[in-house]
Amino acid sequence: MTNNINITLKVWRQKNENAQGSFETYKADNISVDMSFLEMLDIVNEQLILADKDPIAFDNDCREGICGMCGCVVNGRAHGPEKATTLCQLHMRKFKDGDTIVIEPWRAKAFRVIQDLIVDRSPLDKIIQAGGYVSVNTGGGGEANQLRIPNELAEKAMDAAACIGCGACVAACPNASAMLFTSAKISQLALLPQGHPERAIRALGMLREHDACGFGNCSNERECEAACPKEITIVNIARLNREFIKAGFGSEVM
Amino acid sequence: MLDGKVPGGPLAEKWDKHRFELKLVNPANKRKFTIIVVGTGLAGGAAAASFGELGYNVKSFCIQDTPRRAHSIAAQGGINAAKNYTNDGDSVWRLFYDTIKGGDFRSREGNVFRLAQVSNNIIDQCVAQGVPFARDYSGGLANRSFGGAQVSRTFYARGQTGQQLLLGAYSALSRQIKAGKVKMFTRREMVEVVIVDGKARGIIVRNVTTGEIERHEADAVVLATGGYGNAFYLSTNAVACNVGAALKCYRKGAYFANPCFTQIHPTCIPVHGDYQSKLTLMSESLRNDGRVWVPKNAGDKRAAHEIPESERYYYLEERYPSFGNLVPRDVASRNAKDVCDKGLGVGPTGLAVYLDFTDAINRDGKDVVEKKYGNLFEMYERIVDDNPYEKPMMIYPASHYAMGGLWVDYDLMTNIPGLFATGECNFSDHGANRLGASALMQGLADGYFVIPYTIGGYLATSRLQKVTTDHAAFKEAENAAKENINKLMTINGNRTAENFHKELGLIVWDYCGMARTEEGLKGAIEKIKTLRDEFWQNVKVTGSEKEVNRSLESAIRVADYMEFAELMCTDALNRAESCGCHLRLESQTDDGEALRKDSEFSYVAAWEYSGYGKDPVLHKEALTFENVQLSQRSYK
Repeated sequence: MTNNINITLKVWRQKNENAQGSFETYKADNISVDMSFLEMLDIVNEQLILADKDPIAFDNDCREGICGMCGCVVNGRAHGPEKATTLCQLHMRKFKDGDTIVIEPWRAKAFRVIQDLIVDRSPLDKIIQAGGYVSVNTGGGGEANQLRIPNELAEKAMDAAACIGCGACVAACPNASAMLFTSAKISQLALLPQGHPERAIRALGMLREHDACGFGNCSNERECEAACPKEITIVNIARLNREFIKAGFGSEVM
Repeated sequence: MLDGKVPGGPLAEKWDKHRFELKLVNPANKRKFTIIVVGTGLAGGAAAASFGELGYNVKSFCIQDTPRRAHSIAAQGGINAAKNYTNDGDSVWRLFYDTIKGGDFRSREGNVFRLAQVSNNIIDQCVAQGVPFARDYSGGLANRSFGGAQVSRTFYARGQTGQQLLLGAYSALSRQIKAGKVKMFTRREMVEVVIVDGKARGIIVRNVTTGEIERHEADAVVLATGGYGNAFYLSTNAVACNVGAALKCYRKGAYFANPCFTQIHPTCIPVHGDYQSKLTLMSESLRNDGRVWVPKNAGDKRAAHEIPESERYYYLEERYPSFGNLVPRDVASRNAKDVCDKGLGVGPTGLAVYLDFTDAINRDGKDVVEKKYGNLFEMYERIVDDNPYEKPMMIYPASHYAMGGLWVDYDLMTNIPGLFATGECNFSDHGANRLGASALMQGLADGYFVIPYTIGGYLATSRLQKVTTDHAAFKEAENAAKENINKLMTINGNRTAENFHKELGLIVWDYCGMARTEEGLKGAIEKIKTLRDEFWQNVKVTGSEKEVNRSLESAIRVADYMEFAELMCTDALNRAESCGCHLRLESQTDDGEALRKDSEFSYVAAWEYSGYGKDPVLHKEALTFENVQLSQRSYK
């Protein structure tokens, strides 16, 4: 079952935000195809450390595809070639012996490069802070089952809520837009009755913040949907647009 | 004897009475207090948000790039609550009893009862936040039975309950950040706690992107830094999970309780090579339909389908006829290790057993199996590249959860005034074994519904003097942290910290895992000491401390584990009984089952630091049971 491959990596190295970055080439020999992509990078890093060199800086944490911390552009694609797969869940069996793999950070105006493959995704937090919640204090919820929510609505809300906030949608978008991310939260809370009292103020607040952070606009390229490891669909962006229009024309909060 | 300060009176009235007796902080005075919360998982995120809502100033710290990523996010199964929506006989008392019994009678009655009481508030809170729990076709919340419970009390959001609950807490936290009540510090690792006049008054953190060492002062410090499962190196924990923050508190005098209580989860994807960085948990619901087996003959290398029925050993079904494949986690784990130790293990490493769905597929059809477990099968195939519909899955136990943690009293305060510990990083509610779907419950109970009250009682009565970061204690703590980093940066040896961690993890796994012996533990302590000496002579850290430096971060954490692993083994050596997740080979019944020794070990073992490399001092908190009858578990 096990076999090993030899590959060449071209990795974006950049000391810090202001430094000039460039690609460095590394050989990764004898890589088991059962390794995950990040385990392969671990091996390369161990070799770099033993050779007195700086290890490649990359973000990662849970390594089971749910925390959203990892992510790089691999051969031009956010999270690499596999559909619906985070980088940590990509395995080396998807590559061939002799392949050259190009690894870059998420590139977007709103995401500054911190070091090597690590970027600053805090603008995504700012969008949530601008209204991605139901304003209820601890203890302020009523008896849970008093609120009946049709199963299919709850399921649709769950589809949207599955977003892991990794930023692949931004990296994949030619406009570096975070509309898919923003729409996922707006959809979840617009579908559920708990979110209704604040839906207008939420849509306006989050979209203003989105633009203020320097994310681009949506021009229906659908690249975000293709790159999303959790298969969040652009139906959510359509919902966002409806919420935004309703908020603009029909609401008292404008 | 240590006193857990559980209030008197009948069990069901303790918490209400205590809440009434706790002094309140005047609303206008709350803004004069600053609280530090370290960690943004369920416990920390919920606590920080709740403090902000109450009007306190909060400084929240996390190691990741955003507070939405803590490892609570990875919990799959669900969260328990005693709602009794299914009318199947559940109650606060039953949830309490199941949790105490599941913990093998090594937790406090008062704390566990409170946990069961507030479980219902948690569900109300999460629904109000917009957490998309699964619902039935009438629109009510759906429940399932989980982890062998006889009632359906588990609420869930697909296989991503932890994620959805964490995002609920994160949204509440985000609202307080926007409101200016919580100041968020991301990409910070706590490297020291600061004690002034015997009280916790601040922390020292390292900014992991710039390497800057920062001082932060407060009126109280709340740790919510998770568990230490990565002591085993391979575990289901995230890469950044570490014991550092808790260990720094231990070194400053906080007691560490029951460090040997760790949970080994039976259904993880097995190790396939020495490069492996983590193990992935497969939900244990798989054991509802999968049959566990190994070949009868050692060294049988035939493919699974070539081994005839007569040469298969369904060891759980044979050894435990009444529970079969559904024996509790510890029993399933121990037996898997046992058959593999006898050479019956399968797969390339021999460290795996089969979990076979053939019978379930033949009985119920592939569709039914797919509906129940489709996402898990897909996850398995992605990692292992085998199709579980055609070939049996391979599973093996892995370190999953730490029941031990910082010792806390009923108010969740450590023995250092002003230093609190919540969620997995305290020891309080799960005894020697944690039941499924109760980690999420405890994290949120502590964060939303316990500490917001108890911290008020502390702040209202402590007459705290103003402290600034110019205080000598901050300088001293900062210097200690810097010295540690300098030391690691200058050793310039020949082995990476990761490499040391792997060796350390193997020692802990072999001798302080599921089955332990006095001789093994004594040997392990010597091995750890030798390895630790080598670490401090021979670890290699490259790069600069002024940037993102994975080799330095890893070295800081491994240095902590080198010290902590010895404490785990010391505690395990002291506890000469089989209990919860662990079999002590010297303490077995005649037919080879775990034998608990209540007359000798019905206590919490809380360890006090007595200096680097010196033996810690044991303090005991007696466990008394007034409301439950102690019983030995039997699954035969």
